[in-house]
Amino acid sequence: MMQLSRWKIIVVVATVLFGLLFALPNVLPANVRAGMPGFLPKSTLNLGLDLQGGSYLLLEVDTTALQKEKLNNLSEEVRRILGNAGTPPQGVSQDGKSVIVLMPADKAQAAFVELSKQAPSPTRAGTADINVSRQGDQAIRLTYTDTAISETASGAVEQSIEIVRRRIDELGTKEPSITRQGTNRIVVQAPGESDPEKLKNIIGKTARLTFQMVNDDPDDNRAAGEGAIPPGSEVLPQKGGGALLLRKRIEVSGDMLTHAGVGTNQNGQTVVTFRLNGEGAKRFAAVTQKNIGKPFAIVLDGVVQSAPNIQSAITGGSGEITGNYTIQTANEMSILLNAGALPAPLNVEEQRTVGAELGADAVKAGQLSTTVGFVSILVFMLLTYGLLFGGVSIIALLVNAMLIVGAMSLTQATLTLPGIAGLILTLAVAVDANVLIYERMRDEVRAGRPLLASMDAGFSRAMVTIIDANLTTLIAAAIMFSAGAGPVRGFAWTLSIGVFTSVFSAVLITQVLLAVWYRTARPKTLPIA
Amino acid sequence: MWPLIKILPVKTNFRFVAFSKYAGAISILLAIGSLFMAIYPATPPCGGLNCGIDFKGGTLLEFSTPGPANLGAIRQALAAQGVGDPQVQGFATPDDPSGARHVSTRFEPGENPAQKVEQVKAAIEKVAGVDDKAFTRTEVVGPKVSSELFTGGIIALLAAIGLMLLYIWFRFELQFGLGAVVALFHDVFLTFGMIAVFKLEFSLTTVAAILTIIGYSMNDTVVVFDRLRENMRKYKKMPMREIIDLSINETLSRTVITGLTAIIALGGLAVFGGDALYGFSIIMIFGIALGTYSSIYVAAPIILLWNGGKRKEDTEAEVQILGPASRA
Repeated sequence: MMQLSRWKIIVVVATVLFGLLFALPNVLPANVRAGMPGFLPKSTLNLGLDLQGGSYLLLEVDTTALQKEKLNNLSEEVRRILGNAGTPPQGVSQDGKSVIVLMPADKAQAAFVELSKQAPSPTRAGTADINVSRQGDQAIRLTYTDTAISETASGAVEQSIEIVRRRIDELGTKEPSITRQGTNRIVVQAPGESDPEKLKNIIGKTARLTFQMVNDDPDDNRAAGEGAIPPGSEVLPQKGGGALLLRKRIEVSGDMLTHAGVGTNQNGQTVVTFRLNGEGAKRFAAVTQKNIGKPFAIVLDGVVQSAPNIQSAITGGSGEITGNYTIQTANEMSILLNAGALPAPLNVEEQRTVGAELGADAVKAGQLSTTVGFVSILVFMLLTYGLLFGGVSIIALLVNAMLIVGAMSLTQATLTLPGIAGLILTLAVAVDANVLIYERMRDEVRAGRPLLASMDAGFSRAMVTIIDANLTTLIAAAIMFSAGAGPVRGFAWTLSIGVFTSVFSAVLITQVLLAVWYRTARPKTLPIA
Repeated sequence: MWPLIKILPVKTNFRFVAFSKYAGAISILLAIGSLFMAIYPATPPCGGLNCGIDFKGGTLLEFSTPGPANLGAIRQALAAQGVGDPQVQGFATPDDPSGARHVSTRFEPGENPAQKVEQVKAAIEKVAGVDDKAFTRTEVVGPKVSSELFTGGIIALLAAIGLMLLYIWFRFELQFGLGAVVALFHDVFLTFGMIAVFKLEFSLTTVAAILTIIGYSMNDTVVVFDRLRENMRKYKKMPMREIIDLSINETLSRTVITGLTAIIALGGLAVFGGDALYGFSIIMIFGIALGTYSSIYVAAPIILLWNGGKRKEDTEAEVQILGPASRA
């Protein structure tokens, strides 16, 4: 082993140079980094949210609400189809997975035929989204297939991610990361964003805009006042208090919007202006023409924003929403409307925010403790094994530290606060390989072997142990990486990188250095024996 | 005098195995005591452990105030918001060692946590005379996520121990694997016991610390086992207890040096790493000491127990079969 093969030297020198190249940007000032030619690596350590400050949000798409809403829509659709066919149902109810239509016994077969014809709105050829079945004499059951349910849910998550992205981009947050987790979760990481409430406000709003007619029928309103809401109507709260009876039918909805903005009306109030697409404009014109003089409600996320009387037919496809907006709230609302509505509510399941100042404190504490830990290991090794062998392990350790920093910069792995602890522990355990090798050499010398053979045996025998010992750490790290979340993953990653770099530097660097020493000094005895 | 290696005894001859009975008894007692401390009172999910919001769910808010904080007023403001189980305390930071100006509050926000947190923040801002920027840390963990994190953490610990068993079984023999796993359980139980006794917070990072301890303890055990296996081949006639003593003594200097290095480095972390890393590094220091102890007094004697104090013929035969393959 003390015979230095050329490839070993090449590998060692190349790795050290590469490590230096990738670790270097971390110690260069930002302006020097910016001025470097393009082929040189510029990326520095990627600090986690706990070190640079920022917000982490774990959102869950409320697929139950989504399904409930689909059933509501289906109920309305069934009423409409059967009403048009001249066979209105006796009752329409839901049981969580299906819509059950109750018909007079003599009309049931006709209604079943009508629904079977209309209901399957196939998204793929040959398969239906809804199963229609007869149950007894009077009941017809319409059930969404499992495929349809899971496809809707999955589509909703994809769509939500896109909409969340658009909203955050509008906010001007730098480098947000928005990723899907599991089947129905979304992780939002916004470094530097220390105002999580604003972020949550803008992300969490469904932003579903609808235009519905107000039900101004006095009989219906009296009934609703007594708690008997007429079918086809609903009671929604009004912004600023009170409630209104509305017709459930959505005349125009937010997905027909092409643009929203902030404006001022003739009374000097701040309003949100909007423009509709062709389809929306046509429908808006038809509705307003038919209902001049009647109140018309603008509803956002189930809250009536305003319900002005229609003055005249609005044919241009644009209008405005009034409702006590400040410039800021109007602006937020137009961001929401422009980004589009979420297909389902998003619930915040987990939120972690660290202020930038606290992050900076953590970095300082991390630097200080890493330095203290590092220096104490160096001193300890020097004290234990003396100038030569201690020095060799110190050089190996320095190379190791540099390689870790380089590798973490290269892979853009996130360095977290626990990751710093991982780094220190890695450095401490890295000397273990050196200690194993040295102790093995001492054993061999004591057993009476000649120096060169002892040194060779030290490496080859210790190698088995080193690999066993490091593989176990790697197993622990792999488990942390797969099972852990956030900061724990950072820790696991630092630990894993450390395993590889420390085996490399402790074994190869030490070997090359000791071989050089052996060649030049031609020693007769082992200094640590 | 220098280097230190010169004053360390060249060859130690401690009779570890002779004491293993007492050590074993103490270990069993401590492990049972630790388990008891960690589980009693058996309130889910964490029992006697001081669970953080990672595993229990809830909200943590930290903020700094311009002058000394009136904890009583803040407590009242929290209570007025109707949140569950409110806790308010000051905490020390490097620039505020007395903890007068830094406040940490925990509570269970109940339904719709996202909205509740906003309300609570507004209430705190009013009584503490601070603005939104004063909040340095906000953590909200919903009940769904916390129970997932908890089961995830427990599964991770069991998976780590299970994989170690497989690895040692594959690299050595079954009784080595069992010895190592008993040692791992020993370390994990005692660590839990320490966390319970000193009321350290049990959180995601604690699980990471325990996993690291498992890694380290294994590392230590493997080094002893490696030597043990080698010596079993080398001294075929030597009784098992002598081989165990010999192997531990031969690897002792390495065990001590590596353990000391790790503890020194982590000591720096505990002292200078700040509040966030304190618990983490204390747990790891304790675990490393434990891991060193357990590889000497738990893992190796278990093998002796398995062999009944004698080296059975079949064990030896197996070793000889394994020999050439692993030497190649």
